[in-house]
Amino acid sequence: MRFSLSKYLKKNTEAAPLAVFRLFFGIMMFASIVRFWLNGWIEKLYIAPKFFFSYYGFEWVKPLGDFTYLLFIVCGISALMVAAGYKYRFAIVMFFLSFTYIELMDKTTYLNHYYFISILSFLMIFLPANVYFSVDAFRNPARSFQKIPRWCIDAIKLLLGIVYFYAGLAKINSDWLFRAMPLKIWLPSKYDLPFLGDLMQQEWVHYAFSWSGMLYDLFIPFLLLWKRTRFLAFIMVIVFHVLTRVLFPIGMFPYIMIVSALIFFNPGLHHRILERISSWFKIPKAGFDNSRLFQFSGFYKKLSLSVVSVFFIIQILFPWRYLLYPGELFWTEEGFRFSWRVMLIEKAGYAQFKVVDGKTGKRFYVDNSDFLTPFQEKQMSFQPDFILEYAQFLADHFEKDGHKNIEIYVDSYVALNGRKSAPYIDPEVNLLNFADSFEHKTFILPFDDEIKGL
Amino acid sequence: MLVALFFTACSTGDDNNGGGGNETDNFDRGAMLANWADNIIVPSFENFNAETEKLETIAKAFAESPGTTELEVLRTQYKVAYQEFQTVSMFQIGEAEQLNYRSFLNTYPANEENIESKISSGSYNLELPSSFAEQGFPALDYLLYGFGSAEETLEVLTSNENYIDYIVAVSERINSLTTQVTASWNGGYRDTFVNNTSSSSTGSVDRFTNDYVMYFEKILRSGKIGYPAGAFTGTPSPKNVEALYAGISKNLYLQAFDSFEDFYYGTHINGNTNGSSYFQYLKYIDDVTDSESLTGLIADQFAAIRTQSAELDSNLKSQVETDNTKMLGAFDELQKATVLLKVDMMQALSISVDYVDSDGD
Repeated sequence: MRFSLSKYLKKNTEAAPLAVFRLFFGIMMFASIVRFWLNGWIEKLYIAPKFFFSYYGFEWVKPLGDFTYLLFIVCGISALMVAAGYKYRFAIVMFFLSFTYIELMDKTTYLNHYYFISILSFLMIFLPANVYFSVDAFRNPARSFQKIPRWCIDAIKLLLGIVYFYAGLAKINSDWLFRAMPLKIWLPSKYDLPFLGDLMQQEWVHYAFSWSGMLYDLFIPFLLLWKRTRFLAFIMVIVFHVLTRVLFPIGMFPYIMIVSALIFFNPGLHHRILERISSWFKIPKAGFDNSRLFQFSGFYKKLSLSVVSVFFIIQILFPWRYLLYPGELFWTEEGFRFSWRVMLIEKAGYAQFKVVDGKTGKRFYVDNSDFLTPFQEKQMSFQPDFILEYAQFLADHFEKDGHKNIEIYVDSYVALNGRKSAPYIDPEVNLLNFADSFEHKTFILPFDDEIKGL
Repeated sequence: MLVALFFTACSTGDDNNGGGGNETDNFDRGAMLANWADNIIVPSFENFNAETEKLETIAKAFAESPGTTELEVLRTQYKVAYQEFQTVSMFQIGEAEQLNYRSFLNTYPANEENIESKISSGSYNLELPSSFAEQGFPALDYLLYGFGSAEETLEVLTSNENYIDYIVAVSERINSLTTQVTASWNGGYRDTFVNNTSSSSTGSVDRFTNDYVMYFEKILRSGKIGYPAGAFTGTPSPKNVEALYAGISKNLYLQAFDSFEDFYYGTHINGNTNGSSYFQYLKYIDDVTDSESLTGLIADQFAAIRTQSAELDSNLKSQVETDNTKMLGAFDELQKATVLLKVDMMQALSISVDYVDSDGD
């Protein structure tokens, strides 16, 4: 085994697939940033709100006021530099840092896609994506190589495979498969789609989508890996993601996944893509085809391999952390994020906070819209860590207003996957008695139903 | 390919489903929007507009000859129109939204100091958004009932001709804004509203539902009951009662609630039959998803609100001052309905909260 591993690490392949991946990744990231800006979301999500929800341990990451725009500029420019392969190592580090900082500013906006981009850009720091068809390689022929170790490309395939496969595993549960939830809620509301609108009302369609979605996620990595099914699999990738784009407000992600899946193809395709691009922009591609093999130097090889290994061990283990918590995962959401649980639940809540003077018993309710945007209020209302952080914020706020002996209680109701709304947080519990931590939150009331499955 | 993908997966799905697949037709949202517009919203505005016209005419007649009889006629019309306003207040969409209609007609408590200073200076511009609290029904409430008996009121109002001018100006403005909104519904907006059957967050059903639920939470629950009861401060605040001086706050609350409930059932304004509505839409969804009956829960909660309201004094101000726990009791019942509407109903209809147009997973 050890022998074959070292043999595997010595295998080489064309650098073209990684270069194409880098080019498209950079361009799409730049487009995403521009789109985000043009939609007015920087202002709306990061400047207008008075309060931001932090990730545990990252309370120091906050929006920077008007400098937040600068952050997005840095992120956009570094994305372009990544695309061009110009000062690549610096650019990808800057991209990873700025993008991750943006995502950490407010967990209201958490999306699995953003997490995917963050960890992918982290992985790319350790890959030689700029040795071929890049400004770096063009300017310094000594750093120009046509071939790279094979694991560098397989690492990206592995990450994509993990994302799909775990997303598939997460769908193996009774709500998804036997109640067709939440698609049964979402699809009928797409009544106005041409051709599909009436179909979306049919119950069998909800089940068909649920089951095919699960099977697609589980098997697509293998179908892409296997040469005989690869082309068919790629067509499925396109159909699947275009369909999700049509049905759901899902932004750039479908395109990113479609383009990313190109990495599974043989280098011949990537050379053709690069030739086409070269002929458009009059780039002398032949200059890059020097048959030279890129090798990590001793220290960097050790560093890259160990970081990438640890990275993947974490990626494989992290989604299972929910098993350490009691209770229903979809209800408590303890261990829900960063685990490729995509489009899995429809959850809505309502949280009415009550500020009580512990001595006099005087009490009043909080108008959430005084402090939170509608989006923040929505996300807060069904996620316990948000509720706790917000309670702490309210206590600080009202203490400054001169209130004393503050206790914070919440009357909250949550509806999950079409079940009737049910009490969510113990209304008798003073939330200020709890600090956020990775421990189980005992103030969450039990889920009065059962969802079977992984 | 697409079809093949569906069918292969579908056969698996049906095996495990134990044979579901009941055929359901698409719910016709266009018909629901048409029922809303043609049988509820437009007739409500027309009825209200008739009352605001009367209000303006009567205010002008009062200005012509400011006597006790004329004052009483004006007071009565003010109450009638205020009551009728409760039937249109929730329709803050289209022209009404652009005009900020509800804020101009019913921002309370009125800013009495500013009203007095405007009257004494004799110069004012009621079109400024900063003047919300100086016009509409709350301003009339103050000017017609805030000075005591009819004789006392007449004495004040005739002490400076600007008083009566101001009453006329406020009445005119109520009428002109209402005429504008009504005309817009009778003009192109009805079709714009009804034809926008899109399922996106900008579609009429989505947008209106957000407004409708927001109205219940903020205007009905918080405005009419919560603020006076001090639910958000801990200190009861009788000054925040609607129609503070005229003392008709419970009637206004009940009218608003009736109209809200009738709208939920799609009850026609003229004729009292029920048309396509949230109720029918939820019934349809109940059938599609075989879920528990949300319509039953909502009906029960509406009934609970009505039952509780029987305990309230006809003047909510006195209720706050004598026994505020009953006000807080009303708040709690409204609160339960808010959860059903905002969480369960909006989830069942798959309507996202307040046009959050950012990406999803």
